[in-house]
Amino acid sequence: MMRALVLILSLLWALPALAVQPDEVLSDPALEARARVITEGLRCVVCRNESVDDSNADIARDIRLMVRERLVAGDTNDQAIQYMVDRFGEYILLEPRATGSNLILWGAGPVLLLLALGIAVAAARRRKAAARETGLSTEEEARLKEILSE
Amino acid sequence: MIVELGHFALILAFGLSILQTVVPLYGAHRGWADWMAAANPMAGLQFVLIALSFGALTYAFVTSDFSVLLVVNNSHSLKPLLYKISGVWGNHEGSLLLWVLILSLFGACAAWFGGNLPASLQARVLGVQASIGAAFMAFMIFTSNPFLRTDMAPFDGHDLNPLLQDPGLAFHPPFLYLGYVGLSMAFSFAVAALIEGKVDAAWGRWVRPWTLAAWIFLTIGIGLGSWWAYYELGWGGFWFWDPVENASFMPWLFATALLHSAIVVEKRETLKAWTILLSILGFGFSLMGTFIVRSGVITSVHAFASDPERGVFILMIFAVFVGGALTLFAFRSAALEAKGVFALVSRESALVLNNVLLAVASLVVFTGTMWPLVSELAFGRVLSVGAPFFDAAFTPFMVALAVVLPVGAVIPWKRGNLGRAVRSMWGVAVLAIALGALAFTLQTGRSALAPVGVALGTWLVLGALADLWQRSGRQGIGARLARMTRLPRADWGKALSHAGLGITIFAVSAVLGWSTEDIRVAQIGESFVHDGYTVTLTGVERVQGPNYISSMGHVTVERDGQLVAELAPEKRVYPAAGMPTTEAAIDYALTRDIYVALGDPQDGGGWALRTYVKPFASCLWLGVLIMALGGVASLSDRRYRMAAGARRAAAPQATPAE
Repeated sequence: MMRALVLILSLLWALPALAVQPDEVLSDPALEARARVITEGLRCVVCRNESVDDSNADIARDIRLMVRERLVAGDTNDQAIQYMVDRFGEYILLEPRATGSNLILWGAGPVLLLLALGIAVAAARRRKAAARETGLSTEEEARLKEILSE
Repeated sequence: MIVELGHFALILAFGLSILQTVVPLYGAHRGWADWMAAANPMAGLQFVLIALSFGALTYAFVTSDFSVLLVVNNSHSLKPLLYKISGVWGNHEGSLLLWVLILSLFGACAAWFGGNLPASLQARVLGVQASIGAAFMAFMIFTSNPFLRTDMAPFDGHDLNPLLQDPGLAFHPPFLYLGYVGLSMAFSFAVAALIEGKVDAAWGRWVRPWTLAAWIFLTIGIGLGSWWAYYELGWGGFWFWDPVENASFMPWLFATALLHSAIVVEKRETLKAWTILLSILGFGFSLMGTFIVRSGVITSVHAFASDPERGVFILMIFAVFVGGALTLFAFRSAALEAKGVFALVSRESALVLNNVLLAVASLVVFTGTMWPLVSELAFGRVLSVGAPFFDAAFTPFMVALAVVLPVGAVIPWKRGNLGRAVRSMWGVAVLAIALGALAFTLQTGRSALAPVGVALGTWLVLGALADLWQRSGRQGIGARLARMTRLPRADWGKALSHAGLGITIFAVSAVLGWSTEDIRVAQIGESFVHDGYTVTLTGVERVQGPNYISSMGHVTVERDGQLVAELAPEKRVYPAAGMPTTEAAIDYALTRDIYVALGDPQDGGGWALRTYVKPFASCLWLGVLIMALGGVASLSDRRYRMAAGARRAAAPQATPAE
């Protein structure tokens, strides 16, 4: 069962990635450009980590066509994306929304950076203070005494 | 018979690795010289045994021995010889054997070339190295044995995944593994040093070349993989932030941080604890990568047979080694006394900033990679984390790194003057911003991405050159140029690597910001114009390859009536694996790639055809190559060649100086 699943998944993935087909392209270049921006951010829901823009799976093609339909019908980008989220869930978004628990994800970078810089500066201060106290390690001090007494 | 010998050699090597773990570690603990010395021949023999085992498996692949299960599943009698050989590591079991082979090679190198190490340190390094080998060989023998036979040998095999039948990908895994596994040396040295309780400049001088070598291999390996994706997947993407790519990228970021902090240990005997921690984390993330690739907990486009049972085993290996090392670190790191003190403005601080940025960037990648799993388990929220997140969350760190790098690289050790360092780079900064602004005005209505890349790239490349120039003294131009050529190779290595990074950053932003695309149904013989080039599909023919059937298109590209390139994009079908692939045709040039991919024949006649013009795409891999070359230059620096001789001379049985 697992084997078959892996096989199917790898087949889905391995189809040559000629994603966007010529017959899908909208005649209005501005609308088409918007469609591409949206589909680049939507996940092909049956693939492994591919956007519908890059995927050759049937469902990806359907999603691309749906997005274009919504745009032609006059949706804004956000409305078209929301339309997809309503149908496929949050899973379809390649860029997770910065709400709720996802704030941990988005905040990780800045928080870790501040933390790391804080630790680095604190360590530098501590080292400086320690150095001001003696300037020499105990071994070195012992050796210095030895030399001076000779 | 040969296959059974290989199997037997592997089991012997497993037994030996346990011995090699116990004997030298205990010997070093008790101070028994003969027990410690036993590690050297064992490490050599270990390598020979695993090489025999690897040779036997390769033999089975080359001779298409279809009584071996692994060969049946991953090979085919018609496959070209190169891919029969690369098929050995194009699968889970065989790639593990390659992993272990490289691990034992590094161990053997530490035995052969480590004669000048303190005996107890060398014994401990070899012992720790062998324990990693033992864990992975147990994993192989008990869950992923490459030598299993089948009861009924079929007439032919299932073939290797056609996407992997490609020269770029044939060499991608060995380079990656040389990198991943090379980091095990830094890990072994770190653990050995923690057991010894001593880290000094000599330790830093030993760890740095190993890390540098691992880093070079990892850089080339990642570059090859990215290039492969670019030409093979059919639309010119080069980085997907796929979990498996991230798995190779995180150790690379840590290795980069480590080889910078090891300089501080070597030259200034400070940042010791941090360097040890980085050594542990670098290899830890290599193991984590192995877990991500092979366990299947995270869905990825990379097809490695995945199996939860194996995942648990790898997770145990990870927990034992990384957990163990970190525990040891917690108890022992306080004993690592720092010697050199440094001011807040100093090269040391600049390198700490480099380390902070690289380490946090790596942790951001890690968070993003694991978040879907965490979110689902902890918050019941099923979601994806894809390229847009990483682009937004990771890029700022690289921009910050690029901005501070040229200044940080010229601040003096111990105590520097920020104003003076900035002033010395003033001209370069003005030039970089001017070029960026020029790029912005020349491009009309496109994002600021590419101009920012132009500015950062110029800043890094010229900054690296300015650094070399400033080191060349104060005489006339001729004398300065002459002195520049005589600078230590490490200085050249530093300049090359930093310039290579600049070129890569520039190329990435140019490709992302300036690429143009055309998707259409091309009728045979009909021309169209894209981005100034006249493109014509002159015909499509059927071509029989050794183990595939291809539809080969013939495309001519002209500019101003002059022929620029004749391209032959293909669509191939591999019947044995039942899988089609696209083979894009690319006309490479330094300033632009013309990239053509053939699609399906259309109902109304004609073929789907995608044409891209990708400015400066070749510079991307050129930059990566220059970075790696910088590593090679640094590795060949006099102090690594001479250091060995110097210490040998200091030893009692002194040999004459070289």
